[in-house]
Amino acid sequence: MSAVIAQRLFAFLATLLATSLVVFLVLEVLPGDSAQIMLGVDAEPDAVAALREKLGLNRPAAERYLTWLAGFMTGDLGDSYTYSVPVIELIVDRIAITIPLAVMAMVLTIAIALTTGVFAAAHHNRPGDWGVMLGAQIGIAMPNFWFGILLVLFFAVTLGWFSAGGFPGWEDDPLDAFKALILPAVSLALVQSAILARVTRSAVLDVLREDYIRTARAKGLSKRAALWGHGLRNAMIPVVTVMGLQFAFLLSGTIIIENVFYLPGLGRLIFQAISQRDLIVVKDVVMLMVIKVVVINFLVDLLYVAIDPRLKTAT
Amino acid sequence: MRKFTIAALALAAVASFAVSAPAATRDTVRLGMVLEPPVLDPTVSPASAIREIVTNNLLEGLTRITADGSIKPALAQSWTVSPNGLVYTFKLHTGVRYHDGSPFSSADVVYSLRRAMDPAAANPGRNLFRAIDKVEAPDPATATITLKYPFATLPYVLAIGDSSIVSEKTVANNRTNPVGTGPFKFSRWVKGDRVELIKADTYRDKDKIKLNRTVFRFIPDPNAVVNALLAGDLDAFPLGVPAEAIAQFKKDKRFKVSIGMTEGETILAINNAKKPFDDLRVRRALSLAVDRHAIIDGVMSGYGAPIGSHFSPLHPAYIDLTGVYPHDPAKAKALLAEAGHPNGFQVTLRLPPPQYARKGGEVIAAQLAKVGIQAKLEPLEWAQWLDQVLARKDYDLTIISHTEALDYDRYGRDNYYWNYAGNKDVAAMVERADREINPAERNGILQEIQKRLALDAVNVFMFQLPKIAVWRANLVGLWENSPSPSNDLTDVYWK
Repeated sequence: MSAVIAQRLFAFLATLLATSLVVFLVLEVLPGDSAQIMLGVDAEPDAVAALREKLGLNRPAAERYLTWLAGFMTGDLGDSYTYSVPVIELIVDRIAITIPLAVMAMVLTIAIALTTGVFAAAHHNRPGDWGVMLGAQIGIAMPNFWFGILLVLFFAVTLGWFSAGGFPGWEDDPLDAFKALILPAVSLALVQSAILARVTRSAVLDVLREDYIRTARAKGLSKRAALWGHGLRNAMIPVVTVMGLQFAFLLSGTIIIENVFYLPGLGRLIFQAISQRDLIVVKDVVMLMVIKVVVINFLVDLLYVAIDPRLKTAT
Repeated sequence: MRKFTIAALALAAVASFAVSAPAATRDTVRLGMVLEPPVLDPTVSPASAIREIVTNNLLEGLTRITADGSIKPALAQSWTVSPNGLVYTFKLHTGVRYHDGSPFSSADVVYSLRRAMDPAAANPGRNLFRAIDKVEAPDPATATITLKYPFATLPYVLAIGDSSIVSEKTVANNRTNPVGTGPFKFSRWVKGDRVELIKADTYRDKDKIKLNRTVFRFIPDPNAVVNALLAGDLDAFPLGVPAEAIAQFKKDKRFKVSIGMTEGETILAINNAKKPFDDLRVRRALSLAVDRHAIIDGVMSGYGAPIGSHFSPLHPAYIDLTGVYPHDPAKAKALLAEAGHPNGFQVTLRLPPPQYARKGGEVIAAQLAKVGIQAKLEPLEWAQWLDQVLARKDYDLTIISHTEALDYDRYGRDNYYWNYAGNKDVAAMVERADREINPAERNGILQEIQKRLALDAVNVFMFQLPKIAVWRANLVGLWENSPSPSNDLTDVYWK
């Protein structure tokens, strides 16, 4: 077991190192001068040069790469060029929105997708199945930002139940903050659950054709009991795989939904950072995203084992 | 049945949060802005978003720009100018305190202006202070500024964000926690979402201030701007409401629509050094080929004043030069033929992100095609535009709004991105205008500059960027025009 962990840890570090190099090199060739962007159209050339010097942009690339890497390893993510505050503060502010939003959207997605997916499989080729599949098809075809705009028009502009967007912050009134995330979470969950419902349905259908279900039925279990008692757990492997991918996606910040609801999440931070050439923020956030994906994949692997204990010996 | 229960529970959950949007309290105003400022100190960054929040509200200069563009005293009670125009003496308000309680005196004026002029600092606006020789404080309530040469724009320069008076004690933290002498003090900044200011008890005229709290929220998406206003999340959006949405707000009695003017001259900029644009006839042909009204209609839904030179119609020295090159494709074609391009030529038109550029590019390309010029559109993000167009001058044509006030002096600069060949002459005229103390004489020189730029057809001068604003019908005191970037809240109140 410890060998497995060591192997995983090594792969994890190698991935990070490779990514850091790729990220750094890509940003090196990106056109645009951070100092010029900060000082704007009318800045004197010597003012731009002074700022470049101050930001350390004139030092050799290898030196800048190693300084950044060393800082990252020791937990010092550096200061944002644009905001002049530590990058870590910006990231903490943003994930206070992005993580709760991703969790809310994911919980909704799982609730909707599992119930409708299993329901559709149980009613295979009957009206209930068709209804769910039609709904899922629409959900997949509909862009989530468009659904978000519809929600805003109905619940915020017409009914006035919600704000049209924005995020009041957790410290004043957590309930207000929670409320601000409901419409975005619903918009995100709709599309995600449509995808997950289809996966769930076909996974359950596959399982229902298995011999052990027939055996269970033969020994007298009702269809429902056979499905819940024997089928569901076996159908979970592909479902959990897709869930892992979806959660990783949601955690990266969803730039379009963040724009529709003007939420200052991680997606908008990285978008702004790229357009303003706040390269230190871009580098740090991308690295954190890579770490996050690797961690989620690891957790999904653990879930596999929990679902199917046979996998424990297979590794 | 189970499904029904779940649906009912979900509805109940939604309904329990369905408290109607809180009505704005009468001493709070919530303004929306498109861009978030990078920092809150206007002396270290040129971003107008900073000035839109802090200037006249949180930070003050010796002077201030008012709604009609005139210059009034601020931290200075009054000032006098020596007969030769070289020494300005400012009598300061006494008993003024910063938001942290510490007293303001002439030493702060000396400190702030010397810092702004410091060649070692990365201050983007340093060129503004080119005429100042020295700043001194003969006594705590008096500050004097001695000039190298007469400089009539000084009171204006002292009013803008770059000249804000700050305290040496707090200046290091002004980027994220600005401390000034204005009617409002910094409360907090939720990055990416909003900046909040509250009324300052230290303000010398605090009884005149009717608002207790102001919130500036940042909403980059045009659809979201409209929805936020309609949903009552905002009381005002003072600059940059999407022009397409104006008809809707005009019909709605809850709102007032205000169409004013900014200092933004929107131009089709030409690389004067590049062939064939080094030929005056070709540049004039471009000016004749472009139909300003069609652009204003197509891009700005009809809002925006046509201009014929690089000068704001709000300024008293403005003269209407739109008649110099009326829309005349036939004459444009004849000029092109005379210059040796009877069949036109191909150019690239580089477009920065704002809508006026992206949409304007399409309209202009169609208009140029009618005189035989094939324009290839190239959208750029800001960083690329600053690098390729502004810094390296690697472009043929581009569309851009120059939003600084009195920025005609750019035409006198060496090496500016237009590569204008007549810049030495214009620089001499700008210097003459700078040195002229008599306002009438000075306006005469400014008119000469306008004419010269139009005759040389340096760029195609298109329109003045409008200030398209929407606010609650019972909100009073916001600026109609934008003579300088500022959302001055000193006189704002609810009716």
